[in-house]
Amino acid sequence: MRWILFVACVFAGVLAAQPLDPAKLLQPPTDAWPTYNGDYTGRRYSPLTQINQSNVGTLNLAWTRRFTTGGGRGGGGGIQIKATPLEVNGILYFAAPDNAWALDARSGRELWHYTWQTTGGLHIGNRGFGMYGDWLFFETPDCYLVSLDAKTGKMRWNHQIADVKQEYFCGPAPMVIKNHIITGVGGDSLDLPGYLESYDPETGALQWHWNTTPRPGEPGSETWPSRGSMEHGGGMTWHSGTYDPELNLYYFGTGNPNPVYAPQSRLGNNLYTCSIVALNPDTGKLAWYYQVSPHDSHDFDNVETPVLIDGEFKGQPRKMLAQAARNGYFVLLDRTNGKNLLTAPFVEDVNWSKGLDADGRPIPNPDKEAKPDGTLVSPTEGGAANWFAPSFSPLTGLFYTHASESYGLDWKTDLSKTPEGYGGRNQTIWMQNQLQAIDYKTGKVIWSHRYPNQGGNRSGLLSTAGGLLFGGDPTGNVFAMDSANGKILWHAGLHTSVGNGPITFELDGRQYLVVGAGDMLYTFALPGN
Amino acid sequence: MLRVLQRSFSVTIGRSLALAVLCWNSSVASGQLISRPVPPADAVERGQKQFVIQCGGCHGADARGEDDGPDLVRSVIVLDDEQGSLIGPLIRQGRPADGMPAFDLTDAQIQDLAAFLRERTQAAINRNAYPILNLLTGDPKAGEAYFNGAGRCNTCHSATGDLAGLGSRFQPAQLQTRFLYPRGGRGSAPPKPTTVTVTPRSGPAVSGTLEFIDDFTVGLRDAEGYYRSFSCDAVKVDIQDPLAAHAQLLWQYSDKNMHDVLAYLVTLK
Repeated sequence: MRWILFVACVFAGVLAAQPLDPAKLLQPPTDAWPTYNGDYTGRRYSPLTQINQSNVGTLNLAWTRRFTTGGGRGGGGGIQIKATPLEVNGILYFAAPDNAWALDARSGRELWHYTWQTTGGLHIGNRGFGMYGDWLFFETPDCYLVSLDAKTGKMRWNHQIADVKQEYFCGPAPMVIKNHIITGVGGDSLDLPGYLESYDPETGALQWHWNTTPRPGEPGSETWPSRGSMEHGGGMTWHSGTYDPELNLYYFGTGNPNPVYAPQSRLGNNLYTCSIVALNPDTGKLAWYYQVSPHDSHDFDNVETPVLIDGEFKGQPRKMLAQAARNGYFVLLDRTNGKNLLTAPFVEDVNWSKGLDADGRPIPNPDKEAKPDGTLVSPTEGGAANWFAPSFSPLTGLFYTHASESYGLDWKTDLSKTPEGYGGRNQTIWMQNQLQAIDYKTGKVIWSHRYPNQGGNRSGLLSTAGGLLFGGDPTGNVFAMDSANGKILWHAGLHTSVGNGPITFELDGRQYLVVGAGDMLYTFALPGN
Repeated sequence: MLRVLQRSFSVTIGRSLALAVLCWNSSVASGQLISRPVPPADAVERGQKQFVIQCGGCHGADARGEDDGPDLVRSVIVLDDEQGSLIGPLIRQGRPADGMPAFDLTDAQIQDLAAFLRERTQAAINRNAYPILNLLTGDPKAGEAYFNGAGRCNTCHSATGDLAGLGSRFQPAQLQTRFLYPRGGRGSAPPKPTTVTVTPRSGPAVSGTLEFIDDFTVGLRDAEGYYRSFSCDAVKVDIQDPLAAHAQLLWQYSDKNMHDVLAYLVTLK
């Protein structure tokens, strides 16, 4: 018996050493969670049903693990887990600023911990890894793309992708499409130009570079008044997108234009900031764009996940893309061409906008631009939604997002013809978080769960074929709801609020749920031995 | 971008510059968005004087550029510079093709210019320190009318009672955010507590000050000072939030209402 056990363990070890099968990236996530959103669609929907409405009330803690950086960066040795872990062949991989770990997914046992020696940069968060075969890729706050050997955690190479001294900082989970490692950059404090790049997984060589704002003479340059305005126009790429293999298009959202609150030097729509963009991942060429916040002046980065939905719209089968945008609008597009299908607000007050134009684009209200004496704007700077992962369930046809009703004051502080940086300030006055379930076909909020306490919420969401919706609330609970109606079926109190997107996967016939809260991972499963 | 008030302060520094950079590593108040060491004030002041005389004619006295010279605050060379490492050679050699003459400056003068430019870039980055301009643009009479009329502020407040002296206790920027939605803190009485009445399926109702609530648990402090908690699914919860009217008004204010009310409140000396 011992011999059999030994053989079984060795066999499991051999399996664990297998590289990521690229086919896994094209399938709904079951035994693996191999990319930031689990698969290319961004739905964060699992077909697993072992944990379902009938038994979720018995969900048990399987293991927990606390992570420290060893006294280095990331806040006094502690970390805030914002990364969605990858799970590949029974191993979890996740990162925090300057740090990365591999764990046995069955037990939480640490396999390796990698530390990067930083040279600076805003340590606001890291969203995790991209994986290609045996190689992992993550970005550091000082804007290096670092590749690790998944087996050992040893660095293979690193490559600088932006200059931290210009005020860039980096942290999105790189997107892996075929042999492209797609990286984004962040930093909007000093009017930097945004861009997206693709690197070779083997060598780290640059494959292509795409500027989020045009240069003089290029298409889109007519939406900027001058060379300087577009070259200092912002449009950061700080969040991973989604991919349609049939259309071979990579979809992602771009950040706000600069200067942020003082737009007088950038009159025009400011393409391609605050937009949903479709690029060919092999060439970096633009296929289409749709600008969700034209001429933004409220810091409404439009990086929220563009979720791919295949279904019916007005009786016709469609390939669609849906986003709950930071500016408070839900948009549904035809993802073959970027044409708008519908736009509808998913919070009560979107007073920054005067309504929609003929293409469904919100029209900014100039009266709500920042003023020296303040304007009262809804939603406030943090937005109605933000990077916190939404989910779409084909079972219910509902798009789920955490959403904040909020008001903030926007003050313009730089009245010059050539403002710099933010050019203004924001103060959140009041905020109330809720979970919205939106019918993608109409944009209507079908049900809403308002948390009883005030404040924000950074938890992502996960829906499953078990009829469940998992997420976290603002007071440190992880919960499961009936995804059809929002009824809470299970919860557990954690030491702090969920700060990443929950994931689920099946190993040895057992379905696990993993969430990150503060500096800990919590893993749940149904009762077993 | 959504930001947290947390920056890192380390920079890549050459060995020879390490000591000098340490001297630039002044303490930074919390909440300030400083990304690089800020040089000492005396170096900045010397650098500014020199900059205005020698560079300001083309680059502007604030280094943001003029028609004849580019903005230096967002200049890649300036941002990548460490105490003159890049701008020093450029200043001494000039850029004749672009119309910039060479300047024969000492190392100390170049370091002072670098200090001034670093201060400029950090000031542009540090939006939490941007000065708020004039907030008092409203009409106090209209504000008073709103206070006693459409806003119904006088339902709970009195200009001669709880709000007496308000304009002396707060700067306008504080007052603007606090009247919109009051918070506790320095110079301010804590907001009135939220109270709650919890009614079990059987037994008497319990009232007190709300200490905690989520979807599952409600906790209160009763009149005798005891903390009591209940499972939400076993009780009826009735919350009385004294600030609810403030939240509701956020949907109703026009910006003019807001500016008028502020102009009125600052007169309550």
